[in-house]
Amino acid sequence: MALKKFVVGCFEDEKVLFPAVAKVRKAGYKFHDIYTPFPVHGLDKAMGLRDTSIHTAGFLFGMIGTTTAVTFMTWVFTKDWPVNIGGKPNFALPAWIPITFELTVLCAAVGMVLTFCYICQLAPFVKKHTFHPRATDDLFVMVIECGEKTDEQELTTLLNSVGAQEVNTQVAEEGWWIGRYDQEQELYKEPNIA
Amino acid sequence: MSVTKYESQLREPLVNGDKTYGQVTQDIVHTIEAKPTRLWYIGFYVSVALLLFGVYSVYREVVYGIGQWNVNRTIGWGWDITNFVWWVGIGHAGTLISAILLLFRQGWRTGVNRAAEAMTIFAVMCAGQFPIFHMGRVWMAFFTLPYPNTRGPLWPNFNSPLLWDVFAISTYFTVSLLFWYSGLLPDLATVRDRAKTKLRKHLYGIASFGWSGSTKHWQRHESLSLVLAGLSTPLVLSVHTIVSFDFATSVVPGWHTTIFPPYFVAGAIFSGFAMVQTLMLILRKVMNLQDYITLGHIEAMNKVIVLTGSIVGCAYLTELFMAWYSQVPFEQDIFFKYRIAGPYGWSYWLMMTCNVVSPQLFWSRKLRRNVLFTFIMSIVVNIGMWFERFVIIVSSLYRDYLPSSWSIYYRPTIWEVGFYLGTFGLFFTCFFLFSKYFPVIAIAEIKYVLKTTGESYKNDMSTLENKNVDEFIHEMHDHHEEGSVKVVHH
Repeated sequence: MALKKFVVGCFEDEKVLFPAVAKVRKAGYKFHDIYTPFPVHGLDKAMGLRDTSIHTAGFLFGMIGTTTAVTFMTWVFTKDWPVNIGGKPNFALPAWIPITFELTVLCAAVGMVLTFCYICQLAPFVKKHTFHPRATDDLFVMVIECGEKTDEQELTTLLNSVGAQEVNTQVAEEGWWIGRYDQEQELYKEPNIA
Repeated sequence: MSVTKYESQLREPLVNGDKTYGQVTQDIVHTIEAKPTRLWYIGFYVSVALLLFGVYSVYREVVYGIGQWNVNRTIGWGWDITNFVWWVGIGHAGTLISAILLLFRQGWRTGVNRAAEAMTIFAVMCAGQFPIFHMGRVWMAFFTLPYPNTRGPLWPNFNSPLLWDVFAISTYFTVSLLFWYSGLLPDLATVRDRAKTKLRKHLYGIASFGWSGSTKHWQRHESLSLVLAGLSTPLVLSVHTIVSFDFATSVVPGWHTTIFPPYFVAGAIFSGFAMVQTLMLILRKVMNLQDYITLGHIEAMNKVIVLTGSIVGCAYLTELFMAWYSQVPFEQDIFFKYRIAGPYGWSYWLMMTCNVVSPQLFWSRKLRRNVLFTFIMSIVVNIGMWFERFVIIVSSLYRDYLPSSWSIYYRPTIWEVGFYLGTFGLFFTCFFLFSKYFPVIAIAEIKYVLKTTGESYKNDMSTLENKNVDEFIHEMHDHHEEGSVKVVHH
């Protein structure tokens, strides 16, 4: 992780945001991210993000649950401690359906939520740079990373021309760190910017 | 007068008033930032007092044994399991609203889902207490878990519905909690970013897990919510099905019937919606949320109540019919001599009145939209549903196969009642804390539906209406171009 320079444009209306996203992309700039107060459908496509495959993780975790439940109950009742219950079969698959189902759901849900937290870097005490405090309230905050050749002035003008209400430049840590939201932290003594 | 030429008269708005995103945040978050009202304090202290009484009742049961209750060899389940089934049932409405209505794309769920999910979690917490303390030696409760132990290892019986219950209830609690909390993350971040005091910023900072609102995170969040909804839907049906198996797999007349799973699930949703109504009607009044929990929401929930109430009514009649049609003397005696008549006949008719007869009044639109009537009905339904479980348990048990062990009258002790009151204390203590410290309405979800409903939708429509066909085609063309844009990196 390192400090980077970002140009930040804030939009008040998603109707202005969508054409702006297209124009900024067409001009060839690379989005760092767009922060929105709620899920804006179609924005991921407009930004050129690929679909998430988190549901696949859910399926795999679910399969782990199913397998664990069936193999464990089979082992217990046929190998480890077979009990004669009125001469009924020890391998009583129909009676195990409820527990197998519950364990499948449990593993899928827990696994998926943990995967979600891991890939989105979400956890208690995790802190990320807030580009605009109203990004979780009513602003759509477009953040564009400045590369070596990026002309900051040109980008600011572009953002203003496509309808951004507020444009500024920020130097910030791009990833996450362990920190408190009520305190400003000096992460680096000397910003290492080209 | 409508603003547009072609206004649909069918649907009323989900959010009343012409609100901006900022106003939505303000309306919902300001109760967290303000000091609680006097009414909140009174309610909270009453709940805590009830909770403490419950703790003392449970203490007596643990220290002196199950003899502190009036359950006996015939009526072994009594109030305790009645309360268990009642609380679990109440929980089901929360999952129905948050999961099943999400899959069915019902927009009105956004106003009530957050509080209903919280209700689910607290209700399941209350429910779990009853079977655990019914064990008598509660310090042995962990014996139900399949862990390698020094007794063989001796494993629990995976063929037993009581063990299925352990798995079902704990899974249900865990998944509901995850679903609820993952939905809360963005809204907690909203509270964090608005916070003026340091402590609030710090605590909500921890609670919101560093949520930033990134588009990629939202995309994953939506996928996660959808899959969790898909998992919760069969889960919620399985939970009450398994609870009904506790009864249905036994050979007790009045319990041994295949109608139990659907009948229990319908009853659960019925009582759960009644509890959601009770809570929502108070919440919208006290927190001034009438714009978000509208009469439309109340009416929609009352429709669910009349539907599920009628299903439950059908199940009651089917039971009576099957008892006669089966020609089994034990079944017939239980239903026709000991249930609808006999010393407990009054509880059967109370159940019938509250659950089957009174909800039929909701066929009237006027009554469905009457707040006071809905509130009274929500209480009536919950009394009725409590008596349903009481009737099923007590009237099937008090005269069993052995006449010498017949128990004429079962009456709970003060500690049995105290335990029940204690769970009310737990439930409402949690709910009061929730309503003070958490956003009671899903802020992000409301913002998401805001522009597709109500005044702002109409405003958009009137600009669209003024456009001609050429402009429309031009816009479509533009969108097409944007989709296939080639990105040139600087």
